Amino acid sequence: MGKELLTVTERGIYCEAGDFFIDPWRPVDRAIVTHAHSDHARWGMERYLCSDESLLVMRRRLGDEAKIDSVPYGEVLTWNGVKVSLHPAGHILGSAQVRVEHNGQVAVVSGDYKTEADTTCTPFEPIKCHLFVSESTFGLPIYRWSPQEEVYADVNAWWRSNQAQGKASLLLGYALGKSQRALSGLNPEIGPIFLHGAVQGLTEDYRAQGVQLPPTKVIGEAEGKFDWSQAMILAPPSANGTPWVRRFGDHSTAFLSGWMAIRGARRRRAVDRGFVLSDHVDWPSLLSAIKATEAERVWVTHGYSATVVRYLQEQGLDAKVLETEFEGEQDDAAVEEVSE
Amino acid sequence: MKRFAELYAAIDATNKTTEKVQAMVEYFKSAPPEDAVWTVALFTHRRPKRAVNSTRMQTWAAEMGGIPNWLFGECYDAVGDLGETISLVLGESSLGEPAPLHEWMEQRLPELARIPEEQQREKLTQYWRELDRAGRYALNKLIGGSFRVGVSQELVIRALSIASEVPAPTIAHRLMGDWRPTPAFFQALFDGDTQGSNISCPYPFCLAHSLESSLLQLGSIEDWHADWKWDGIRAQLVRRDGQTFVWSRGEELITERFPEVADIGTWLSDGTVLDGEVLAWQDDKPRKFLDLQKRIGRKTVGKKLLQEVPVQFVAFDILELDGVDVREEPLSMRRAKLTQVCDANIPNLRISPTVTAESWDDLAAIRETARDRNVEGLMLKRLDSPYLVGRKKGLWWKWKIDPLTVDAVLIYAARGSGKRASLYTDYTFGVWDGDKLVSFAKAYSGLSDEEIRKVDAWVRRNTLEKFGPVRTVTPELVFELAFEGIQLSTRHKSGIAVRFPRIARWRQDKPKEEADRLSDIKAMLLENGG
Repeated sequence: MGKELLTVTERGIYCEAGDFFIDPWRPVDRAIVTHAHSDHARWGMERYLCSDESLLVMRRRLGDEAKIDSVPYGEVLTWNGVKVSLHPAGHILGSAQVRVEHNGQVAVVSGDYKTEADTTCTPFEPIKCHLFVSESTFGLPIYRWSPQEEVYADVNAWWRSNQAQGKASLLLGYALGKSQRALSGLNPEIGPIFLHGAVQGLTEDYRAQGVQLPPTKVIGEAEGKFDWSQAMILAPPSANGTPWVRRFGDHSTAFLSGWMAIRGARRRRAVDRGFVLSDHVDWPSLLSAIKATEAERVWVTHGYSATVVRYLQEQGLDAKVLETEFEGEQDDAAVEEVSE
Repeated sequence: MKRFAELYAAIDATNKTTEKVQAMVEYFKSAPPEDAVWTVALFTHRRPKRAVNSTRMQTWAAEMGGIPNWLFGECYDAVGDLGETISLVLGESSLGEPAPLHEWMEQRLPELARIPEEQQREKLTQYWRELDRAGRYALNKLIGGSFRVGVSQELVIRALSIASEVPAPTIAHRLMGDWRPTPAFFQALFDGDTQGSNISCPYPFCLAHSLESSLLQLGSIEDWHADWKWDGIRAQLVRRDGQTFVWSRGEELITERFPEVADIGTWLSDGTVLDGEVLAWQDDKPRKFLDLQKRIGRKTVGKKLLQEVPVQFVAFDILELDGVDVREEPLSMRRAKLTQVCDANIPNLRISPTVTAESWDDLAAIRETARDRNVEGLMLKRLDSPYLVGRKKGLWWKWKIDPLTVDAVLIYAARGSGKRASLYTDYTFGVWDGDKLVSFAKAYSGLSDEEIRKVDAWVRRNTLEKFGPVRTVTPELVFELAFEGIQLSTRHKSGIAVRFPRIARWRQDKPKEEADRLSDIKAMLLENGG
């Protein structure tokens, strides 16, 4: 076999034939960016390419100066004879898998992805390929998600029970993606929903992109001595325990994350509740997604990559660990700042 | 089992005492007595013996979950708890109504422990199929012999008291001694007739806050009584109806563990309750807590140990005299009564002497001698204070001496367990011996969650070697460690034994070269009479 279609350099995943990088971590000329989370969309690239659906949030993250081009899902661009197209990854609004084709060889870079469809982004689409580059954030058999409707029902029940005890509900989750997905599952008939400033703008971007979400208010709209006891407040995890939350008076806190599947992680968070909701694939979906690509080779990046690789090898697949600088590792510092 | 598993999960899901108690109250009010009594037994530390060994559980769970053993091992490593790992790996599935708790405790688990391996496998995997995730987790805890629950005996008693409307001390007393988990026992526990049953009952302990403010804010020293803050086991000595009971602050009956203290009772008149401290004593001075530790945890004590580490009871308060509750009387009057009792020259009983000083400054100077006396500092109590229930501010203060501190370098890190299972939170620290770092103390707590995450991330990036769960890291980070006690020891490699090491702060300002040297620490200990 000839040259690899994709390699990893110190700057990121590189396609030499097409001379572009995918989610590079150091400045490069041409970057295809799978989604707007900060470990994938970094500053300093000469030109960016993302999906149309991603453009608004990407712009908000990278600023007005950044040169960002966008294409609809499925549209094929040809660079130096290399065919490049973006396909839905179902992770957050605009998240994309990057399909690269050259000399009859097809490689797909998943970025972060989730196979369960939700209403806040275009659902994941399996793509057949020879080489599949997969994330593995939750690549252990202990991670098995319940259907999201069950989680939403639990969150709404928690909200109601807080109301009955006269407590505000503070729901913590990553500002981009998780918060909007949580919002989509809230029942606005229960009470008013407020957004933290960090969540507000991104939520507007979602709406502008046509995502249907329950009505929300910004915190500042609450006047004078507002009674927060009936309210649901969505905020990023970093807001917890800061003076900002004092205004809500008596309140209950919950954290939304795949990591909450583990008792230790729940307890360590020092929140009242942990809801298991992730925008990444769980173990069964990871395996079925890999299978659906019919890939002969699988490269596994950020997460439990060594474990997943060993398992895939035992199943007879040609798998290897791809060392990248994506930060979806199992420590939960990464949860807050990066991929959840 | 369903109700029990739900209660277990509800208690686990919250760190708020009121919510835990509420969950237990609802459970005790609604659960059938034959099940509820087992819950009481399990929650008051009557743990079942391990029914199935953990290697077997692990193997069968991996088999049932369709994953190789090594992968199960990786999962276990990430979760840090076998019972939980099994419940997660098997996913969500439950068939039908699970058996009630008493059936598990009285029939299924004893049977499981008895039968041969092949039948065990069959039964256990069938049980796992029967239960949902929460039930499976509870079952694994019960069969694994590691059943623990995040409520103290005190909270269980409080919940039982609320549910039954029987006073808490009566419940506490009824839970003492040897009882069998029968429905009749549970009903007797809830019996409203509380007369004449609680001769052993201690009073709730009065606790003190640490002194934060300036001494001057306490007003005139003449309004205050000072005595030493002893470093032993806080206890009440109860003498009623010709019987003696010694209670620890955890409301645990420790009479048999300290026969010397129990003997004091025979000299006291009926209806006497003293509050004080059990201390290892030698040559007119208490020994260090590390010595007393040899006596703690031994339910029965042999002659040799009694000779090696004799204890005494140092009394500082009297709560009942001649059968009359005197807690409302001012401390000055209680001290007078206590002095009379202690003046009778009763073996193994001594009064905690009043520490007298003309001024706060004098008192502060006296406090500096605390370390030499093997005490933790001073107690300050208002002379007009009654003996209150619990920890109330303003009347009693503890004024401890500053703990000894050492700056040490992080050399090994291991993953924590339970709450911290996936983070590197268990640290081993070294100090300089020549140009080498020698391992010196382990410490777990004291960092904020944010700092823990930072150190965890640092550990992952700076690992030199891995030995199983332990990582050797680049010696670089310096932490200030504080200790309740630190003394020379021939049993430890470093030559130093420490008690209650904890991380006081992360010295991000200090390079590793400036961490403490072993020789300096030893010199400091010699100076402090260690």
